[in-house]
Amino acid sequence: MTHNLGLFASWRRVLKRELLLAYRQRNDILTPLIFFIIVISLFPLGVGPEPETLRIIAPGVIWVAALLATLLSLSRLFNNELHDGTLEQLLLTPQPASILVFAKIVSHWLTTGLPLVLISPLLALSLDMSSTALIYTMLTLLLGTPILSLIGAIGAALTLGLRGGGVLLALLILPLYIPVLIFATGAIIAASNGFSAEGHLSLIGAYLIVTLILAPWVTSYALRVSLD
Amino acid sequence: MNWAEFFNMGGHAFNIWGSYLLAFVILGLNVWLPLRKYRAQQRKLRQQHETTS
Amino acid sequence: MIFQKYAAPKYFYPLAGKCLPWFAWLTVLSLSAGLYLGLFVAPPDYQQGETVRIMFIHVPAAWMSMFVYAMMAGAAAIGLVWKIRLTDTFITASAAVGASFTLIALLTGSLWGKPMWGTWWVWDARLTSELILLFLYLGFMSLRSAIDDPRRASRAGAILLLIGVINLPVIHYSVEWWNTLHQPASVARIDGPRIHSSILTPLLIMAVAFKLFYINVVLIRMRSNILEDEADSRWLQEQGA
Repeated sequence: MTHNLGLFASWRRVLKRELLLAYRQRNDILTPLIFFIIVISLFPLGVGPEPETLRIIAPGVIWVAALLATLLSLSRLFNNELHDGTLEQLLLTPQPASILVFAKIVSHWLTTGLPLVLISPLLALSLDMSSTALIYTMLTLLLGTPILSLIGAIGAALTLGLRGGGVLLALLILPLYIPVLIFATGAIIAASNGFSAEGHLSLIGAYLIVTLILAPWVTSYALRVSLD
Repeated sequence: MNWAEFFNMGGHAFNIWGSYLLAFVILGLNVWLPLRKYRAQQRKLRQQHETTS
Repeated sequence: MIFQKYAAPKYFYPLAGKCLPWFAWLTVLSLSAGLYLGLFVAPPDYQQGETVRIMFIHVPAAWMSMFVYAMMAGAAAIGLVWKIRLTDTFITASAAVGASFTLIALLTGSLWGKPMWGTWWVWDARLTSELILLFLYLGFMSLRSAIDDPRRASRAGAILLLIGVINLPVIHYSVEWWNTLHQPASVARIDGPRIHSSILTPLLIMAVAFKLFYINVVLIRMRSNILEDEADSRWLQEQGA
């Protein structure tokens, strides 16, 4: 097939295909979401239901659960294509691989990160967070979950097809998630206490921009390394 | 030089000597294990060399 | 350039062999000097008492943990760009000793902190950063052992190292910031004592001693790795033992 698709058109095509596949495999999307909800629900069970305690630990709990749920979903990023051979095709097309990889990451975020953002208000309420804290939770998740998908994609590419893949991926990626965790929870806590969270949000924003630029390229490089 | 006082380290003997001992053991293993592996490799190579020459 | 010659295992191996005895003696000398000054000559701190002596192990170990990681990342970059295989030999030889320094820094940090804070572990910025560095080392070693193909293992490991080294300042900065957020300013930092020359000299000597120690271990392990990788090559057969 020698389609001479423009860059944006092929990007859109991959994105549409990804979303269609995701819709067909709805389970893969629901599982991380349900995991997110269950993990957050474990904390009141483990720590006790006092609202004061829950309110304090809530930002950290929600964000750690988001990290873990994202990690859980990362294995499906490249696995399907790996098993049916289309991953190599992806790297052989005339379009730069990083653009196509970027499309995959976008669809991953749309099906994993965005649902977390949308359901977070419910969970924030269950942990008795104030309305300010709730808003900042949504905001930090909105800015932060794309970073998780972007960095996670690098890890998924590096651990492609390896035994012990999921846990190994977690071991590699979790230290890299720590800055996002710290700044996001810092923003929520600062805002809840009446301080400005502007600095934290701009840091997260800067981190997002840098990973947006670098991660797709590093991911496609890592894919080549894993497939050679 | 009061040796008893020296070893006691003002009551913090466990922490101080513990640290030094820990470092000694861990760093010691870092030398001993590779050396052991290297010498085993040398032996094996020498045996191979003798059987082929 | 003369360096290119020694990038080949065939020439590096004997060179390393010749250098080793020198480095071994230098290590023993500097370690003895450092330990003597640290344990016998340096006075106890007026605040911390004798426990300040732990600093002569803890601080150099922490410095080495970061130094070794930086060296590994540098070698990774060189290996990816210029495709020199010896860089991979260097990286695998460095990993365990780097992780060991990190572990020593963590354990001695805990032992140092107990008399001061009463707890076996404090989540202060330096120790927490060091812990994360340990995770980075362990992650790297796990990735390498999970991949069977040597070429893929070395390249994937190199990518991970480079990502880690870029993230390290970010992680360190965020942990510093996190620490000031959650701790009142009155808590003493773990590197409490003012740097006095009687403290500084043994510290620097121990730092040098640890560096020499590292070079020693790396040379031994690189020679061992070369023996393993080049077992079937002619130059090795001809050289005999």
